[in-house]
Amino acid sequence: MNDFDTSLEKYDTFPKLLLRNSRVRGQHPAYRQKNLGIWQTIDWEQSARRTEELSLGFLSLGVKRGTNVAIIGQNTTQLYISILAIQAIGGVPVPIYGEAGVDEIAVLLQHADIHCAVCQDQEQIDKMESLRNKIPTIEFLVYEEPRGMRSYTQNHIHSIESVIEMGRQLKSPDNQSFQKEISLGSGSDVSIILYTPGTTGSPKGVMLTFDALISAASLLANQDDIDSKENTLAYLPTAWIGDHIISFAQHHVLGFTVNCPESPDTLLTDMRDIGPSYFLAPPRIFEQLFSEINARISGAAKIKKSLFTYYIKIAKQVGPRLLNNESVGLVERIVYYFGELVIYGPIRNTLGFSHLKVAYNAGAAIGEEVFSFYRAIGVNLKQLYAQTESSAYVCVPQKGMITADTVGQAAPQVELQINDEGEILYRSPGNFAGYYKDEKATKAALDSEGWFKSGDVGEFTDSGALRILGRAKEIGTTSTGTKFSPQYIENKLRLHPFIREAVAYGQDRPFVSAIIVIDAERVGNFLEQTSETSGGYLELSQQDKVYDLIQSNIETVNQTISKDDELPDLRIQSFLILNRQISSIRGEYTQMGKLRRHTIDSNYKQLVDAIYQGQNQVEIANFNDPENGSKTNTNSSIKIRKVQD
Amino acid sequence: MALAETNTLETVLTVENISLSFGAVRAIRDVSFDIRKSEIRAIIGPNGAGKTSMLNVINGFYHPQEGQITYRGAIRKQMRPHEAAAGGIARTFQNVALFKGMSTLDNIMTGRNLRMNKWRVNLLPAMLYYGPTQQEEIKHRQYVEEIISFLEIEAIRKTPVGRLPYGLQKRVELGRALAAEPDLLLLDEPMAGMNVEEKEDMCRFVLDVNDEFGTTIALIEHDMGVVMDLSDRVVVLDHGEKIADGTPDEVKKDQTVIDAYLGVSN
Repeated sequence: MNDFDTSLEKYDTFPKLLLRNSRVRGQHPAYRQKNLGIWQTIDWEQSARRTEELSLGFLSLGVKRGTNVAIIGQNTTQLYISILAIQAIGGVPVPIYGEAGVDEIAVLLQHADIHCAVCQDQEQIDKMESLRNKIPTIEFLVYEEPRGMRSYTQNHIHSIESVIEMGRQLKSPDNQSFQKEISLGSGSDVSIILYTPGTTGSPKGVMLTFDALISAASLLANQDDIDSKENTLAYLPTAWIGDHIISFAQHHVLGFTVNCPESPDTLLTDMRDIGPSYFLAPPRIFEQLFSEINARISGAAKIKKSLFTYYIKIAKQVGPRLLNNESVGLVERIVYYFGELVIYGPIRNTLGFSHLKVAYNAGAAIGEEVFSFYRAIGVNLKQLYAQTESSAYVCVPQKGMITADTVGQAAPQVELQINDEGEILYRSPGNFAGYYKDEKATKAALDSEGWFKSGDVGEFTDSGALRILGRAKEIGTTSTGTKFSPQYIENKLRLHPFIREAVAYGQDRPFVSAIIVIDAERVGNFLEQTSETSGGYLELSQQDKVYDLIQSNIETVNQTISKDDELPDLRIQSFLILNRQISSIRGEYTQMGKLRRHTIDSNYKQLVDAIYQGQNQVEIANFNDPENGSKTNTNSSIKIRKVQD
Repeated sequence: MALAETNTLETVLTVENISLSFGAVRAIRDVSFDIRKSEIRAIIGPNGAGKTSMLNVINGFYHPQEGQITYRGAIRKQMRPHEAAAGGIARTFQNVALFKGMSTLDNIMTGRNLRMNKWRVNLLPAMLYYGPTQQEEIKHRQYVEEIISFLEIEAIRKTPVGRLPYGLQKRVELGRALAAEPDLLLLDEPMAGMNVEEKEDMCRFVLDVNDEFGTTIALIEHDMGVVMDLSDRVVVLDHGEKIADGTPDEVKKDQTVIDAYLGVSN
């Protein structure tokens, strides 16, 4: 596994692990970050030195044991080092999503008792400054990126360089406060508070101890032979458990290299530059890359197109079996090998997946089509059940039983059960210590024996793998008494390439219905082949042909529902196509791209009511769409289509 | 309001009694104004007021029949555009004028042309790409990379500009002008045809350029909101004549300006 001492008892906190790494593998790159177009390396020794200087600087600014410090911004080396520097002196970092709005931040700052914050750039400093009247407890702010900060001369705003300089002044062979502070820390201390964005209700601060994160990180690594030689790209929000477990926890436990992207827009280039060996992403990233490939292929020359179609067909038959080490005949192997030469290899190379050992999809379910595509071309893609409360360690899919809709069996040292209500309960070494300042919620979720009620409803498949059906809170019954999970229906709908997003309704209603958002590009391309119809999203969304297309998709879904389940009245009986996209600008998605139901419910109440009143179409005032900047107030109508059995 | 205080009254450029005609068409009639160091100076006016002609005069592209231009304290002789550029005047164009097939990086690199040491970059070493030529390229590439980072266009560094949306092309063009390290930057409608978000971005970049590098900027713009927010002083042209000159507030209240924009019924 590792090429150095991993007895974790001695190294029970990340700062201790940092000192170990600096000693054992000082010259090995810890971080890389692109500056002026060139990747700059920071080795473990430099990382330790910077951490020490920053820690001493924070100490002299008044950060104490138990102080909560907010961290906000994009993934940069400096922010990861800040997290560690705060932990080293006993502070508790509280990462906040960089895209969070001012109101959202205000709630977190107050709830987490934040007195100081490390901000990545001027934008984040401005957000904090605008809150200082409301939250007078903010004592000081530190910024990393000096750009645009020249006119900020207030005494409470410091550049990170000046804090490091403060620390450097204090550093001397006699000053052992850094080492002393680190030795005061122990594994049972709270390492970090991660706020879950929450698809419903107010955010909760999940407290994770060093012990939990370190055991989860090393156990998870064992499952897929992740070792010290990995190269990863840190591009996901630092406040998300998925990024924290890889770019921070495993990074320190195993000592591999974390690469920070040049800017949030350069993901594809950075992927190609780095060629990560280990990759985790929410489904939207895999879906985007998948659409990008399809779009490029549909614009390619005929010969390329037919080669692609042919070899992808082969890949879907052979690829998954190869990844699962099943027996594959010689002829098939040879054909697959040619495909590897002309199609699969080049595609993986373009995506930056050439060196990939394993890729995890986490955060939400991924479409079957997308999932099987990646596995077919030789990307070892797996579903990871990554809940913040478990440090992302509950299940890991085992070789040979990897499917798009299951997350695998219980991982080693995890106990897993499903209670009578169908809710998933687990006891994982990665389990959290409680919700910050929320005794009631902690008691409700975590019992005295350490079992956590996940809030997810699931079932075991015949092979013993766990299948997640949806959030327990969202699961209700229809007015006819059938159990209904909107996610279950939506995931099935989203598997169809023409359906980009779906919102299912049915709770306390007589039947199930759905609001559909189409993938305008694919629908447009498809229709162009058969007729002259085309146009943008708005034009396409209300065309009868498009409704026909979606209806046929829905009928397929209905077939699988009545085949799959003993409860045939979950079939979708009515749907409409929304005349705009569901958008995060209106708060309809969480930062991790999940549907925020209560916002959606209130935004589209009129439409849902019309469906259940049995109308054929509904007149609505045109939405003000901030994405298109259109502010027309003419009325438009949305058709409602009933699906016959 | 621009961030940079125009505390110095040192003028960079003065145009005096400029008149320019194309045959019988008098594009500019007897216009005088000055541009001070480190200020953002807007030139506004209705269509056909002679704004772009004025920029072309400053830039050395047109030669006025009458009047004189003082640039950095010396009366300027008739000058060709490349001489003006060598003298520290860079510009962007109303219709983007980039090399469409070249990447963002290469386009901005062309802006470094004037700053390259002619003795270090000549044919033979360039063909072999060794020694001084290589060092020269590395030096300029670094400057270009700083501009790329400044304008936040890292993601399109290697993309041919012809494939970029209009707003980004405008940004690349600004980058190319900045690459020349100009003392005076002329922007011809930097925000034309942009959506609100692109305009906001561009405004921020113009202010940042002015703030970070202290570059003097003269810009033509149609969006009044943008002009009033950005500029320190505004000169208003109408039918080739100067009708007002002052701070945005003064100009906004000026009756002749209001008449020129809204039209007067005679």
